[in-house]
Amino acid sequence: MTPFAYERASDAGAAVARVAANPDAVFLAGGTNLVDHMRLGMAHPQLLVDVTHLRFATIESLPDGRVRIGSGVRNSDLAANRTVRERYPVLSQALLAGASGQLRNLATTGGNLLQRTRCAYFQDVTTPCNKRKPGSGCSALEGCNRDHAILGASEQCVAVHPSDMAVALAALDATVVVLGRQGERRIPIADFHRLPGNAPQRDTVLEHGELIIAVELPALPVAALSTYYKVRDRASYAFALVSVAAALEVRNGLVEDVRIALGGVAHKPWRALHAEAMLRGAAASEQNYRRAAEAALADAKPLKHNAFKVPLARNTLTMVLRNLTAGARR
Amino acid sequence: MRLLETHAIGASLERMDGRLKVMGTAPYAFEQRVERPAYLHAVQSAIARGRIRAIDTSAAERLAGVIAVITPRTAPRLACESNRELWVLQSDEIHFRGQFIAVVVAESLETARQAADLVRVEYDAAAHDVRFHAERTDLYAPKVVNPDYPTDTDEGDAAAAFGAAEVKVDATYSTPMEHNQPMEPHSTIALWDADRLTLYDSTQSAHSVRTTVAAMLGLPPGQVRVVSPYVGGGFGSKGEAHAHNILAALAALRVPGRAVKLALTRQQMFTLAGHRTPTIQRFRLGAHRDGRLTAIIHEVIEQTSRFKEFAEQTATPTRIMYAAANRRTSHRLAALDVPKPSWMRAPGETPGMFAGEVAMDELAVACGLDPIELRVRNEPERDPQSGKPWGNRHLVECLREGARRFGWSARDPRPLPRAEGSWLFGLGVASSTYPRYVLLGSRATIRLENDGRYAVQIGAADLGTGTWTTLTQVAADALECPVAAVRLEIGTTDQPNATVAGGSSGISSWGWAIVAAARELRRLHGVRPSPGAEASAETPKPPDDATFAQHSFGAQFAEVRVNRETGEVRVSRMLGVFSVGRIINPRLARSQLIGGMTMGLSMALHEESVMDERLGHIVNHDLAGYHIATNADAANLDAVWLDEVDDRSTPMGSRGIGEIGIVGAAAAIANAVYHATGRRVRDLPITPDKLMT
Repeated sequence: MTPFAYERASDAGAAVARVAANPDAVFLAGGTNLVDHMRLGMAHPQLLVDVTHLRFATIESLPDGRVRIGSGVRNSDLAANRTVRERYPVLSQALLAGASGQLRNLATTGGNLLQRTRCAYFQDVTTPCNKRKPGSGCSALEGCNRDHAILGASEQCVAVHPSDMAVALAALDATVVVLGRQGERRIPIADFHRLPGNAPQRDTVLEHGELIIAVELPALPVAALSTYYKVRDRASYAFALVSVAAALEVRNGLVEDVRIALGGVAHKPWRALHAEAMLRGAAASEQNYRRAAEAALADAKPLKHNAFKVPLARNTLTMVLRNLTAGARR
Repeated sequence: MRLLETHAIGASLERMDGRLKVMGTAPYAFEQRVERPAYLHAVQSAIARGRIRAIDTSAAERLAGVIAVITPRTAPRLACESNRELWVLQSDEIHFRGQFIAVVVAESLETARQAADLVRVEYDAAAHDVRFHAERTDLYAPKVVNPDYPTDTDEGDAAAAFGAAEVKVDATYSTPMEHNQPMEPHSTIALWDADRLTLYDSTQSAHSVRTTVAAMLGLPPGQVRVVSPYVGGGFGSKGEAHAHNILAALAALRVPGRAVKLALTRQQMFTLAGHRTPTIQRFRLGAHRDGRLTAIIHEVIEQTSRFKEFAEQTATPTRIMYAAANRRTSHRLAALDVPKPSWMRAPGETPGMFAGEVAMDELAVACGLDPIELRVRNEPERDPQSGKPWGNRHLVECLREGARRFGWSARDPRPLPRAEGSWLFGLGVASSTYPRYVLLGSRATIRLENDGRYAVQIGAADLGTGTWTTLTQVAADALECPVAAVRLEIGTTDQPNATVAGGSSGISSWGWAIVAAARELRRLHGVRPSPGAEASAETPKPPDDATFAQHSFGAQFAEVRVNRETGEVRVSRMLGVFSVGRIINPRLARSQLIGGMTMGLSMALHEESVMDERLGHIVNHDLAGYHIATNADAANLDAVWLDEVDDRSTPMGSRGIGEIGIVGAAAAIANAVYHATGRRVRDLPITPDKLMT
């Protein structure tokens, strides 16, 4: 660990100005990932600007039906929120599937979006990693890659995004509201996280000094019947091998609307738009679910140790859609 | 054997140290109060084999707050070269990745860690070899296996009997490298006062740390004091001194009169505190059609470090479990550039009984027999290995009692889908066993104090298992006094010598020394001794061991749910029934037994240290990556025991329960997974990918 300075910002604008002016400054919110990185010698910020006391900790239902979640809202509070549980159960379930009670009490909405991959090589400074040290090589590509990406990866990086919450937000078409020196901008969740390409060190499209201030959920009737299923190696406190966030509305035996995102398979939450398009208007049948799941995984390129993720993701998605259909009938 | 009359023994006393621990005031090693301590952080090798060419410590030494940076070039010399694991900072040679190659002494922990990052090391790397597989041509037979069992056994003509058998099972089972990972990391405070060393340590044996460290430093043992009253788990990894003890003692020489503190990081505990070897076990069972065994062949391949041998005794339970005229067991080792394996959670029995008890399940299927009935048909009248009669073998009672309680008779024997939605259900059973060990060398001293209480002193350890409480109960009954009249003193070398808390031998060995001392007190001072009366005695040689084979047995039952679409396995309930002699404290015994079963569940489904062979390095080296069962995985476990008093094992009537809870648990779960799915997973852990369809 390298010594660092710590400040509390007086307001969001000041926090942004402070961090933007110093390339070695970072925002500190829950600290559940950043502080680990500092301890592991992966991150050496000179200055931490604490934003936890800024007023970003409310959940508001807006008049037009949208819901605005302050970036400082703790994961536990968001999961327990009545509006979220009723209108967006997939989000509540995804949050509760993540981390542990202690971590959820500390971790924030903004921080959850910005958590970094748990690739073991990324977190170990004694091994090469393009994400941690661009140009040093990817240790996972030919190494222990059971937990790694099957979609959208590059030769530079095969890491997966660790967040459960972000997978739900991807299915829900959330919007990330960001404050920078030029003011606010709004980024659709689908564009927020990046694929690794040739710059795996960049997880998101945020510029240095930009601060997430809120996440907005659209009014989305289909989300009322939604769910999150996380397949993991143990029943709690494990990252997803594969996860599925899905919302489904069936009318007269036909799929009226559907949203699908996969976790644990790519460098970002993986929205299955093609599968959704195949299903809209189609019969709500096992066969169609299976076919859509196959389409969602058609481009999968597994690595040496993670070929199981392809059938696992297919099966899980099919099972989740089937269970949602059965749930709607009850 | 003359048994104690029991009053305190058998009572469910609460932990005497429970309140202190819950309040956070029980001092663990790192928390012991010392004046103005300095802190240590180690530099570790980034290669798995070779030599250090150069170490540049200048940047680290320039950092404010750094007191010293000690390297193999500057470290004080050790006296004894016999234990290469402890030959710390004595040579430029690298034996494994992560080896200690330097240490920083600094005014704060943060400074020590920062300075360690600034040490620059150049290596002459040699090609390392950490590939563990059965086709290696350099496998060798160790002289003995842990601690001193024969490497191989061979009775009758096993190969011929197997060849001629009517029913055969021939399968290979594998278990991965595993790490003990107690919650409390290995930690030591070292303090030199002239030529006397004090170590506040987290250990399963204060006296063996003293003996080992004194020998390495060339000191008489009396000049080393070890203090370890509270320990946050060990599971074998704190059973002997490790490199960090020596590192702390050497570093403390640089600041005489001042204490230095060292705690391993979680990551370092995957390198510097022992591990369980991976195993590859070929098991062959030959039987008549009615299930009676004619041949048992168990061949084990394991790893050891190249620089110091450790050979886990994996095939030893096979030598006593079942009757068969023709039996062969063997152990072969691959010497690799890895850290030294060591004791972990019932070494030997745990991996060996996984393989053996799954093989028995396979034989039951092959014979069309109930797996309990198969075991009953192969119950040996005498210990097949020694030929001695059993001291107390109640395996069949455990199996039958468990079957009754678990609802076994309702089980459809066929491995066919019994499904609810996506979830398949299955039940499995396995036997369990553990030897009754009494270690010689412990001594207890009892003195009647002026306040009318007995001071009972023995350098025993409480790893969290309950020794503070249970030895007090033993002492109270030995002295025929209330528990409140006993003041137990354990956990340091200030007390008389005590053997290690290992091999489930603690209460048997230490308790017996206390009983002997109490009897000696009576002999010398009568039933009403005066204050100041004192007596001392050692654990005697168990008189009945020459006559009887002394082992504990048990039966493990598991019900699992397997998601046929995702391959997820969840244990919905588990029951262990154990025959372990008299229970000293039912509350603590149940806790110890279900703790063992939880570790067995964890072994079955979760635990695996993943080696990157290119680096010689465990990549999942933290508790997020190395999965140990959580509460959510082990929600419904229960343990019970036969009502039993063993008058051949110890004067308490007990046999030791430290480890038997883990033995057989993984097999019961693997067998239940087979029953649920029809798929036989022979390679642990049983993770979803292995059941994907």
